[in-house]
Amino acid sequence: MKLDRTSFAILAMGAILLIAGPALPSWMVSMLNVSLCYGTVVLGMMLLMRNGIVSFGHGLYFCLGAYAAGLLDQMLKMPDMLLMVGAAVVVTGVVSAILGLLLAKYRDIFFAMLSLAFSMILYGLLVKTASLGSTDGFNVAAKTVAGFAVAPESQRLMVYSLAVVFATVSAFFLHSYLASHQGRLAGAIKDNELRVEYMGASVMRAVHRNYVISAVLAGIGGALMAVNIGHIDPEMTYWPQSGEFVFVAILSGTGSVFAPLGGALVFEAIRSFAYEYSPNTWQMVLGITMLLVMIFLPGGLWSLFTRKREG
Amino acid sequence: MSQFIAVLVDGIVYSSWLFIIAVGLTLIYGVMKILNIAHGSLYALGAFTSVTLCGLWFNAGLPPMGSYLMLLLSAILVGLVAGPVIERGLLRFMYGKDEVVLVLVTYALFLILEDLIKLIWGVDPLFITGPGGESPYSLLGNFEVAGLTYPNYNLVLIAVAVATGGALAWALARTRSGKLLLAVIHDREVSAALGINVGRIYFVTFTIGAMLAGVGGALTAPTVSVVTGMGAEVIVLAFAVVVIGGLGSLPGAALGALIVGLVRAAAVHYLPEVELFSIYFVMAVVLILRPKGLFSGAEVRKI
Amino acid sequence: MAVILDARGLEKSFGAVTAASNINVAVEQDAVVGLIGSNGAGKTTFLNMVTGYLKPSAGTIHFEGRDITPLAPREITRLGICRSFQIPQLFNTMTVLDNLLVGVGIVAAAGSKWGARNSAYDDPVKAVDTMLDQFGLGSYRNRQAGLLPEGTRKLLDIAMAMVVRPRILLLDEPTSGVSADEKFVLMDMVMAAVKEHKVTVLFVEHDMDVVARYTDRVLAFYEGRIIADGAPATVLDDVEVRRFVIGSHAAPAGAASHA
Ligand SMILES: Nc1ncnc2c1ncn2[C@@H]1O[C@H](COP(=O)(O)OP(=O)(O)OP(=O)(O)O)[C@@H](O)[C@H]1O
Ligand SMILES: [Mg+2]
Repeated sequence: MKLDRTSFAILAMGAILLIAGPALPSWMVSMLNVSLCYGTVVLGMMLLMRNGIVSFGHGLYFCLGAYAAGLLDQMLKMPDMLLMVGAAVVVTGVVSAILGLLLAKYRDIFFAMLSLAFSMILYGLLVKTASLGSTDGFNVAAKTVAGFAVAPESQRLMVYSLAVVFATVSAFFLHSYLASHQGRLAGAIKDNELRVEYMGASVMRAVHRNYVISAVLAGIGGALMAVNIGHIDPEMTYWPQSGEFVFVAILSGTGSVFAPLGGALVFEAIRSFAYEYSPNTWQMVLGITMLLVMIFLPGGLWSLFTRKREG
Repeated sequence: MSQFIAVLVDGIVYSSWLFIIAVGLTLIYGVMKILNIAHGSLYALGAFTSVTLCGLWFNAGLPPMGSYLMLLLSAILVGLVAGPVIERGLLRFMYGKDEVVLVLVTYALFLILEDLIKLIWGVDPLFITGPGGESPYSLLGNFEVAGLTYPNYNLVLIAVAVATGGALAWALARTRSGKLLLAVIHDREVSAALGINVGRIYFVTFTIGAMLAGVGGALTAPTVSVVTGMGAEVIVLAFAVVVIGGLGSLPGAALGALIVGLVRAAAVHYLPEVELFSIYFVMAVVLILRPKGLFSGAEVRKI
Repeated sequence: MAVILDARGLEKSFGAVTAASNINVAVEQDAVVGLIGSNGAGKTTFLNMVTGYLKPSAGTIHFEGRDITPLAPREITRLGICRSFQIPQLFNTMTVLDNLLVGVGIVAAAGSKWGARNSAYDDPVKAVDTMLDQFGLGSYRNRQAGLLPEGTRKLLDIAMAMVVRPRILLLDEPTSGVSADEKFVLMDMVMAAVKEHKVTVLFVEHDMDVVARYTDRVLAFYEGRIIADGAPATVLDDVEVRRFVIGSHAAPAGAASHA
């Protein structure tokens, strides 16, 4: 694998965030942490969008990842952060590999609706599962990393660092994946599936593979979010949560793996400030932002950068 | 036995309610190819408006029976105000865009309307009740089936659903506007070329669709506590209904509503743990077996 | 000469329309076959059946002795039957270079599974550049495919079929939408590429001059049947062909026309 400029930039970003962590004010650490969790999910959304596919049910994997992490703590009494993320990867990988077989045949609004249905099935199950706290969910706490105990006072920093590492690694691999033949194939599928088949590639197989990757990314994001917030509930798979991921993906654009990470940060910033200053209109702010972006920046915020570079 | 009858009655009442909400959604999709998430907000607007209007009515000491008029008026208001504002102010600039993009536009609209409702009506639950506890829900008395008592209000829901479905079916099949509408549904470009005013048809369709969402909300308001977030809950249900039936199909919406209504009623009575699960499970199964829903159009030739 | 493609007793109808009725065609290696017929005669339907897009309701298709009737377009492409389209099927938001690199990538990813042919492209970009020059597309290399003029789109569409290393190339109206004086230029380039890679060609064509100049065999379609099959001179002179194909549809050879 040869490293290009973007790969280096991703690694540099990760290193800087990691080193700066202890020096940052705690509100900034929280905001970055949530953004990185979200950003990881949106990396997956971006991969699907490169194929011309929008999922309106990615909350499913976000939630599954979080519950996989939570159950490891609650049922198996193994509150290890790395194990939690690992469990999320396995669970979302398996579930998406199965559901992907069905979904890979769907496009456009039908893909959106079937993925929505799957996420709402999980929602319907969770809200009625008393042992998992029904609508209230339950608390999650991670106490070790790879078996090493973490002191309570360095807990927050540890969770943040883990989010940095996983988001960086995810972005790094997604970037090299997209820079390979697979990335070009995704664009080709978006443009003309018929021709892709007539060039001898299986569109279904490619979409399935990308769906599983995007689900696993959402699962990682979910597990990180669970340990970050310390609490999980079925809202994570309720449709407005999935809508939020679509929102951030649109806001970001699909031009680069930096777009989802940066977009998630912008989103978190808008949300925190809007929520702080007028808790009853923050959704309105989001809605208006989304409309403005769709009308004036169809390529998302990322297109601001590429435009400047070209001009 | 009585439980079975209860499932049937509950199911039919619930189906009627679902149909009233879903029919506007499917109409808008059929004509304009917009799967309108903001339909949920229009529904909520209908509910909140009727709380206000009925409240004014009751407080003015007018005869309680008139509160039904207020419900109707709320729906008309939502249709005639919100419908045109949204269509002229936003949607008309988006026509011709990708269907998924249009969904996202209405999602943004949904977010905006949700907060608009909070700004106007606050975040506390509201109820439609007069000073003496009158409510349109109970004013009409009750009926009994197999020893079970139901409010007559449920019959109103059924009647409205049947009347709406019947009127739309009749208008589509028998009136000139209906035929123009079918032409636009069939081929928008050709219709425009033939001199049909597509823009006007979109305008009218959206207004009617918004009004139907308003009807759904206004009729629901007396039966529940009216709270923010009610639109989010309803819109996924309506999606399930129209997707099961086939997007844009009127008979599809009816069948979808019946299926979802009966399935939910059965779940509630026999296996309450799967109430929500069952609806989306059915939605997924139908989509898997018939990817474009039960009533879906023919494929067009590609190469 | 060995028969490479063998279609036997193909039938297909769409409702009341018969698009293929008892179609029997055996194509020999290295042949250049022209398919003619008025609009709706069933030429595209024949290509669609050979490439697996449509399944015939009866009959079989063999390629190099193997039954390909039940296979999907993707699998048939991999065996070496590649096609262009009446309406070019491009990756419109991508550059011309990338359009072809997709194909190179697919061939490379399939590795040894790519039929029996030598699949490796040692230097993808160089291979594609050579091909672009061969098709006169060099100056469009970095242009977006969706913005190309029609004739160029046609060429790219054909190049996209060539890049996945066909044994048989099926072209659906390669010269439609191409100006009269450029038709021969286009066909010359295509035929040169075809000869170089020893590819068998079937092409649908409405311009009888083009048919007469490039083919060594012509199939005339009419209402889903093949009404004449033979050397170009014979078929183009056939009474039925003149009446049902050339006469009814186009002016005498020379004044080309197409729908
Ligand atoms: N997928 C399809 N669905 C319905 N009818 C079809 C389909 N494909 C072809 N037909 C019909 O079959 C008949 C033959 O069509 P075909 O496209 O094979 O004609 P063609 O010879 O290629 O004509 P043209 O010169 O116009 O391209 C036509 O009447 C056409 O309308
Ligand atoms: Mg044709």
